[in-house]
Amino acid sequence: MTGQRKIGDVMLLVENIALSFGGVRALSDVSFDVREGEIRAIIGPNGAGKSSMLNVINGVYHPQQGNVSFRGEVRRRMDPHRAAAQGIARTFQNIALFKGMTVLDNIMTGRNLKMRSSLIEQAIYIGRNRREEIAHRAKVEEIIDFLQIEHIRKTPVGRLPYGLQKRVELARALAAEPTLLLLDEPMAGMNVEEKQDMCRFILDVNDEFGTTIVLIEHDMGVVMDICDRIVVLDYGRKIGDGTPDEIRNDKAVIDAYLGVSH
Amino acid sequence: MAQSDPISGGSVDTFPLLLLQHARKQGNRTAIREKDLGIWQSWTWAQVANEVRTLACGLAAQGFRREMNLAIIGDNRPRLYWSFAAAQCLGGVPVPMYQDAVAEEMLFVLDNAEIEYAIVEDQEQVDKLLEILPQYPNLKHIFYDDPRGLRNYTQPQLMSYDRLRELGREYDRRNPGFFERTVSEVRPEDVCVMLYTSGTTGKPKGVCHTHAGFIAAARGDVEFDGFNSSDEVLSYLPMAWVGDHLFSYAQAMVAGFTVNCPESSETAMNDLREIGPTYYFAPPRIFENLLTTVMIRMDDASRIKRGLFHYFMGVARRCGTQIMDGKPVPPVDRLLYVLGELLVYGPLRNILGMSRLRVAYTGGAAIGPDLYRFYRSIGINLKQLYGQTETSVYVCKQPNGRAKLDSVGRPLPGVEIRIAGNGEVQVKTPGMLKEYYKRPDATAESISPDGYFLTGDAGFFDSDGDLKIIDRASDVGKLADGSIFAPQFIENKLKFFPYIKEAVCFGDRREMVCAFINIDLQAVGNWAEKRNMPYTGYLDLTSRPEVYDLMLKCIEQVNADLAGEAQLASSQVSRFLILHKELDADDDELTRTRKVRRSFVAQKYAPLVEALYSGQSHCRIATEVKFEDGRRGTIEADIKIRDAKTSLHPAMAA
Repeated sequence: MTGQRKIGDVMLLVENIALSFGGVRALSDVSFDVREGEIRAIIGPNGAGKSSMLNVINGVYHPQQGNVSFRGEVRRRMDPHRAAAQGIARTFQNIALFKGMTVLDNIMTGRNLKMRSSLIEQAIYIGRNRREEIAHRAKVEEIIDFLQIEHIRKTPVGRLPYGLQKRVELARALAAEPTLLLLDEPMAGMNVEEKQDMCRFILDVNDEFGTTIVLIEHDMGVVMDICDRIVVLDYGRKIGDGTPDEIRNDKAVIDAYLGVSH
Repeated sequence: MAQSDPISGGSVDTFPLLLLQHARKQGNRTAIREKDLGIWQSWTWAQVANEVRTLACGLAAQGFRREMNLAIIGDNRPRLYWSFAAAQCLGGVPVPMYQDAVAEEMLFVLDNAEIEYAIVEDQEQVDKLLEILPQYPNLKHIFYDDPRGLRNYTQPQLMSYDRLRELGREYDRRNPGFFERTVSEVRPEDVCVMLYTSGTTGKPKGVCHTHAGFIAAARGDVEFDGFNSSDEVLSYLPMAWVGDHLFSYAQAMVAGFTVNCPESSETAMNDLREIGPTYYFAPPRIFENLLTTVMIRMDDASRIKRGLFHYFMGVARRCGTQIMDGKPVPPVDRLLYVLGELLVYGPLRNILGMSRLRVAYTGGAAIGPDLYRFYRSIGINLKQLYGQTETSVYVCKQPNGRAKLDSVGRPLPGVEIRIAGNGEVQVKTPGMLKEYYKRPDATAESISPDGYFLTGDAGFFDSDGDLKIIDRASDVGKLADGSIFAPQFIENKLKFFPYIKEAVCFGDRREMVCAFINIDLQAVGNWAEKRNMPYTGYLDLTSRPEVYDLMLKCIEQVNADLAGEAQLASSQVSRFLILHKELDADDDELTRTRKVRRSFVAQKYAPLVEALYSGQSHCRIATEVKFEDGRRGTIEADIKIRDAKTSLHPAMAA
């Protein structure tokens, strides 16, 4: 990338988050920030609490302690619906698409929150709803073009290979026109070529739409290559935070990954 | 078609004048379509003429002048087709390049054609050009169509297509009459396009065509097949290839038909169904892929559908081609065919996107008999043609109702063909190239002093007066009795059997033709399994008498075929053996593109060749092989040799 991307002010601030399920402490006292326009990675060994952290950000889990503030608005309890309305979209570690629906219909569901017409209007498809639907379809087509999935537009998602399903999931998230995009292991289970494609798309999304991205990823090569800053979690605690270069040389991080006796 | 033209005052004999003529006469008809964001967008001839005018003025504003070359790189896009016309309007020469070429290959063409201006599709092509910029700093202007990913590029050479159009409008306003003047200065004998030959032998050569030549070729085609402004084509083959330039640009300009650009290369087959072209061209490989897709889907279909399909395909095989060619057919078959048309052939053509197809052409490589018969029998008018980049693909075509599997048809109007002493096909055609760019030596080598283009292909006219191409002239030899021996022609015939993977024929300066056969392990393995014939591996399979019988049947069928042709009757395969190992590029027996290295094979297996010609019934041989990990080993085998029955040519038998 030759760009001079603009990294702005803090957009999302996570402060002293603690989350536990019964006696299991998933997260304890985790704080970090995400700035406008950056690509931020959360890494850590299995069970470190990465997915839990994403779930806290978009309100699936409610932390026992701590605050999440998004664009200056501090909140303790958040639900996914409101998170989506505020411009936070996400993809899942295990693909969560409607397998029997076509790619196009799946992506259209991402526009759901932007629909203004009522259920009845939608059912009879006239007037305002018709205009609305056409406008949404145009937006969805732009995303299809952007992610180069024209050839599978009418294919049911269940028939697609894994790598393409991941791309469709990204498309659905983009359809909501998010300002903050949470990606849970977008490259898990992909081959090298698919990973390269996905990296390119993530960079393009960030570059073209200025979307801020928080992603969880295990492939260190990818993380070091495309991310601006990295948070490292281990056993629910933050053990590192910084640029790829800083993280690479951080002793605590190296220990966590190579494994030392605790 | 020599009407007087308001701009030139003379006849319409350059591409810019053709374009302007269509804009005047059928300005509201659709000239070109492109599927964008899921919707087919169209431009009328008037709009296209306007776009081309703006683009030409933009290029002029940027300093593009007469006799300069303009590189065009990308998938089939309307804007890139307009770039051809814009360059031509200014008296410049468009030079399309293969969009999948790597940077190094592009460097050669850019340097050879002294290109300063390029119009490209997207970031991918821009990146390649920027990569070679340090080695080729003469490239001063790169215009790109799709701005995605290019926002932060700051190189001074770059400019978007949209910006170029703005500059063009501005220039047009300030210089009234410029466009008309520059168009009127284009002469028919100017070079209209430069197409680089792929260069399988040596460096690529730029083939220069003139407006007059290319238009004459396109006009000949259009009249031959009766194309008109209501025809539709899908342009999906590389723009740098002469075929696409002829079909999607030149013929469209002459006949005024509609060109459709698919959304992306992956969607081309889907777009084909949506458009339903009336005229279609594809190399045999694409027809084969289509057929394979159909067959795979048929295997998944329900039993009733499968039964119907196979029954009616049997009917089609029996009488389909005869019905198309207007030959007599028993009434029962004719009735069944009508029923089949309703239940199978019609729906099948619809799935293939060929419901409206009037004419389909294939060429460039030999087409397999099963493939050819399949399409013709379900009512698709698939024909073959013959031509080269140098002849604007205007040499031979099969007329309607006279299509034959192994000929390429008869000379088109205005074409003269002669067969040289060594069997080489030499051609004089209206679509003849002007020269190879900056290569007078190559030009002199390929065009005879009396104006014939030397194709390098060997061929002859058969008893119906159709041209048959048999081989590269350099590979053709003579049998001891003086008749021609075209190994590749015979080998191709053998390889069309699914059981035969590779064949090598010998016969040059010998009294008979003998062959090595490589079986196709998968096909023959399946065949053996179906007959409950156990085998341990490749070597075992190749020595089975049953497999020899199977090969014998194939060879005798080829022999019967060859016997029907006086010139080739002596080339029937008299003796053959099945090789104990597959010919392999790792052992240098094949080239990397899987062509047999004939002389090397003859040398390596000299004892086998000797045994074939000395009448022995078997021969022991040990062959060294290289394994994939680099180790070497030897395979020893006792190879049997069998005689094959040859048939007499009907004329000789009488």
